[in-house]
Amino acid sequence: MGDTRVRERTRGGIGEDVARIDGLPKSKGAFAYASDLWADGMLWGHTLRSPHPHARIRSIEISAAVASPGVHAVLTAEDVPGKKTYGLEFADQPVLAWDRVRYVGEPVAIVAAEHPELARRAAARIVVDYEVLPAVTDMKEALEPDAPKVMEFGNVLRHVRIVHGDPDADADVWVEGYYETGMQDQAPLGPEAGLAVPAEDGGIDVYVATQWLHVDRQQMAPCLGLPMEKVRVYLAGVGGAFGAREDVSMQIHASMLALHTGKPVKMSYGRAESFLGHVHRHPSRIWMRHGATRDGRLVNIRARLLLDGGAYASSSTAVTGNASTFACGPYEVPNALIEGTGVYTNNPPCGAMRGFGAVQACFAYEAQMDKLAAVLGIDPIELRLKNALSTGSVFPTGQVIDGTAPVREVIERCAAIPLPPEEPTGPATRDPITVPGGAQNVGHGEGLKRGVGFAAGYKNTAFSEGFDDSSEAWVRLSAGPAGPLVEIRSAAAEVGQGVYTILTQIARSELGVERVILDPSDTNIGSAGSSSASRQTMMSGGAVQLACGAVREALFERVRAREASSDPAGELRLEAGQVLESELPLGPIERFLDEPIEETRVFHHRPTEPIDERGQGAIHVSFAFAAERAVVEVDEDLGLVRVIQIAAAQDVGSALNPRSVEGQIEGGTAQGLGLALMEELQVVDGRIRNASFTDYLIPTILDMPPVVSVLVEEPEPGVPYGAKGVGELSTIVAGAAVAAALRNATGRELNRIPVKPDDLVGLAEPPTSSGPPAAPDVPGPRSVPEYFGLGAGQMEILANDADDA
Amino acid sequence: MTRIEVTVNGVRRDAEVEPRQLLVYFLRETVGLTGTNVGCDTSSCGACTVLLDGESVKSCTLLAVQSDGREVTTIEGMASDGEFHPLQEAFHRNHGLQCGYCTPGMIMAAASFLHENPTPTEEQVREALEGNLCRCTGYQNIVKSILDAAGQMSGVKA
Ligand code: FES
Ligand code: FES
Repeated sequence: MGDTRVRERTRGGIGEDVARIDGLPKSKGAFAYASDLWADGMLWGHTLRSPHPHARIRSIEISAAVASPGVHAVLTAEDVPGKKTYGLEFADQPVLAWDRVRYVGEPVAIVAAEHPELARRAAARIVVDYEVLPAVTDMKEALEPDAPKVMEFGNVLRHVRIVHGDPDADADVWVEGYYETGMQDQAPLGPEAGLAVPAEDGGIDVYVATQWLHVDRQQMAPCLGLPMEKVRVYLAGVGGAFGAREDVSMQIHASMLALHTGKPVKMSYGRAESFLGHVHRHPSRIWMRHGATRDGRLVNIRARLLLDGGAYASSSTAVTGNASTFACGPYEVPNALIEGTGVYTNNPPCGAMRGFGAVQACFAYEAQMDKLAAVLGIDPIELRLKNALSTGSVFPTGQVIDGTAPVREVIERCAAIPLPPEEPTGPATRDPITVPGGAQNVGHGEGLKRGVGFAAGYKNTAFSEGFDDSSEAWVRLSAGPAGPLVEIRSAAAEVGQGVYTILTQIARSELGVERVILDPSDTNIGSAGSSSASRQTMMSGGAVQLACGAVREALFERVRAREASSDPAGELRLEAGQVLESELPLGPIERFLDEPIEETRVFHHRPTEPIDERGQGAIHVSFAFAAERAVVEVDEDLGLVRVIQIAAAQDVGSALNPRSVEGQIEGGTAQGLGLALMEELQVVDGRIRNASFTDYLIPTILDMPPVVSVLVEEPEPGVPYGAKGVGELSTIVAGAAVAAALRNATGRELNRIPVKPDDLVGLAEPPTSSGPPAAPDVPGPRSVPEYFGLGAGQMEILANDADDA
Repeated sequence: MTRIEVTVNGVRRDAEVEPRQLLVYFLRETVGLTGTNVGCDTSSCGACTVLLDGESVKSCTLLAVQSDGREVTTIEGMASDGEFHPLQEAFHRNHGLQCGYCTPGMIMAAASFLHENPTPTEEQVREALEGNLCRCTGYQNIVKSILDAAGQMSGVKA
């Protein structure tokens, strides 16, 4: 009997290091990115943008541009066919500015011409008469009563107040700190691009590199004055995203030009325009006080956070919610008062970037933990372990952790990763390229100091505060020419993170079939939600799992109807192309597939609650935790840094593709390291001064040390395969860990990231503050625009969709 | 317009180009080979790296006319007779890419480097690739891929 058992396993399923399904096309140069799109007779679009942070538009004169050679259309706000504004959370952002511009780079007019150069030249001939208005470009000043108003209703976007326990509780020891983080750019290597093609039905087909097809469409259709079904959005190849593509960039503009001219229109930003054409990471100012007992137990945390949302809301509401709810870090604290404010300014709009509010908070609370450890004379790791959250712990929001929370494990396992060996310091003792500044031949290895820093942090997976970001998937099982074949359809955006590969792995495991194909993502199926918030594995993975389960049940019904069962109680199972009953083969799957089986399913995460007046509620879905340790070497004379090693331990629930998870940890770490050491948009009077890769630096291969990572696997109950989101955590903790290591090496305060050479050599004073701003007067904990009746963006539209369904 | 003759991936091309046209746009728009990407327009990112007479160059820093009479190899020319180049396979096998936008440039830069130094150390790989940015991977798997390919290639030759 034993001989007939099927021992073969389905290859390429979950838990395996499956190579990416797009790996070969991408390494062949055959993968079409949005910037590669081409259509016969297509025109090129170009955007004219505001040169002022705040100005009134008196008039726009387009006649010279219209008369320019090769020009087919010059459009302004008057030409927007439908609703004039759009936005992720609130439709507060003009498709094209009228009356007022609120930031440098705001689109004012668009041009379509036969060549990109002709479009650029024509745009330069548009004459906009501006009356420059006073601008507010400082987030704290924005809260002052006499500050210029960015919006009619004022400058407060959201104010969240979280009251936990007794916020007046006293402690033996207090430490206090003020922290700042700069404006970081996602800087995906592929700039924004897309192609809009007018369709015969009067609608439009848009091929675009985006993170969320359906929300693009939901913002596009009302502005284009088209019914939703006449706007079809297709995912074009995405050259990285990291939050930059969650908002609409060229989608509506290219569609307007295409509908107007009747020709396909391509828009492809250059790097400089890309810096203007997407949102950034919110700069922050954070004030914190931590109170603890003498033996190192946290008693009370006071946190005040201020985030600069820039000129339009984008996802600032949610970022403010995240930064505030995560302000105490992965630690248990019985009492807390947290107040977080997101403000409008005339700076470039900020929104989603990997880590989404958790990054800024982590930089502050981890610096506080180190300060506390120093004051108490306790080892910083021990202090963290002493206060670590675990299952059953209560967050300041009152939310109880009912899933896994291996905080102690990630801290311990990270700390246990061996330190890199000490290296000789003095000059001429080692390859100059290995000393800070060695690659540029400025540092020669004198006066090097080594420092070690540690940080732990956490974040939620999927959307919060009552948002149902469900995902739909369609799965078809059929008999192909070479055996059974699974076909998957999902609108999940593959942005580089590897979701396509994960979806195929899930289908293999669920259906025991190795040949799996994935249809291109588009809006012809229901929404998959955004490729953000580390959510696609959980959400679209969950949808594919459900759809596969339904297909499998339908198949088993056929099997039971046709096969005289030897064992009626026997369990059916699929493995390696076979139907098994009680582990014995009944026959190949395709024998039961004379008709294909198709199923569509929608996966919802468990419901969450909105934040109430006291900041309470089960706001988030699921939590994941991580710790990183950085070892750095600092040249104290020159202020130069080399990061020698990053050790990482991450709570991943379960790793569906361990190599891919490690890739996320490594790539996310690079972005956190970049924030700590070099990445900052220099915004002066509302103007970005370094919109290029020569002036906005991202880590090179020589800046990045080896990352040694450990995956902590404790499956999360209630989510598919127990897998937690893995995309963002390393970015959250890496910046804090590197900053801590620099403090450890230099003994300096370093309360602002990015840390600059001047900070390390003591030429620049650490930023100080005259104290936090007073809490603004707001009607409640939700977004302020909501209380003023500003038309909602996706939230309202998605709710309506749900009603229709 | 200037007339140029350039061999691209082994195929001779005669073309009229504007004297100011960059090589990368000649390749992408005139020849239609879009595997070579543009990431920065300031010669900072290396996404546009191709081989000019076997040596890696950033094709956004050269004019198309400078390739006159010379041989250009792009990522599309790396596979031969349907066989992938060992670097292409190694990037696939070692998760050496995520979004893949940097990958063609990385592979071209690595190919030129491995030609000079077939058995590099990890440090040498990092030094050689300093002009190529990747925003997704943190570079670890790129280094792994190149070392793996170097092993395969020197193994093949031995
Ligand atoms: S596009 Fe040539 S180096 Fe970036
Ligand atoms: S894989 Fe995305 S830039 Fe390198």
